[in-house]
Amino acid sequence: MAISFENALGIHQKALEVRVQRAEVLANNLVNADTPGFKARDIDFKAILGGVQSGQQAGGQLAMSTTNGKHLPQGGNGSAVGSNELLYRVPSQPSLDGNTVDTQQETAEFTKNTMQYQASFQLLNGKFKALNNAIRGE
Amino acid sequence: MSLTNIFDIAGSGMAAQSIRLNTTASNIANADSASSSTDEVYRARKPIFSAIQQDVMSQALGGAPGEMGGGLSASQGVQIEGIIESDAPLNMRYQPDHPMANEGGYVMYPNVNVVEEMADMLSASRSFQTNVSVMDSAKTMMQRLLTLGQ
Repeated sequence: MAISFENALGIHQKALEVRVQRAEVLANNLVNADTPGFKARDIDFKAILGGVQSGQQAGGQLAMSTTNGKHLPQGGNGSAVGSNELLYRVPSQPSLDGNTVDTQQETAEFTKNTMQYQASFQLLNGKFKALNNAIRGE
Repeated sequence: MSLTNIFDIAGSGMAAQSIRLNTTASNIANADSASSSTDEVYRARKPIFSAIQQDVMSQALGGAPGEMGGGLSASQGVQIEGIIESDAPLNMRYQPDHPMANEGGYVMYPNVNVVEEMADMLSASRSFQTNVSVMDSAKTMMQRLLTLGQ
């Protein structure tokens, strides 16, 4: 019996990956807080991970395959429209130069994302520890 | 790996903010540099910020736009497009006794608004701090990742 890391680690490895990507997008927002005309962006975390989950549970529901980036994704639960695309943040206080970055909001989101990254990391680490215990048999 | 990109992004931000701080320092230092002609007088310098567009670059290199991998983020940090001189009207003062006074008795002073520069300075140093904390968070995340499975 072979150990499949894909099955053993579950959603956590993908979650960690998306957290890192989101951190990158948010860092980019913060860095461009003074760039005229820059529009703040964000990833819909739930939509991406929902897509992964519905892909994993392919037995219950048939997923429509998209072979071209311009194909419309399947509606319904999980896969939101444009699931792995960057979305634009709705500005609360757009500035005169067209910049929509709200530094406070972005800092809060970034900090939140870092904490969630650590949570995902703990869960992933737990999986590895469990595997280790299983291998050692102690 | 994406985490290393955060270092580049935050680094580009810090570099841009330090250039902004540099122009502010230069403007404040020269706020009273008098001159007798409009051509020679110092004018306030302003940096122009722009986002580094990575999507355009990856598309030019043959990558598909909006792809999950490399083309995910629309831009990768910030850059200084250039430094321009302000078009604001010069500050002319009637000082006939001044050694730099022209025939009419006027001395040209730079169009530097010191209050505006001070506000700009505070904004730049705040943004710099934000970038430092972003980089610090990325560092913590990376150090954490290195302990995976231990």
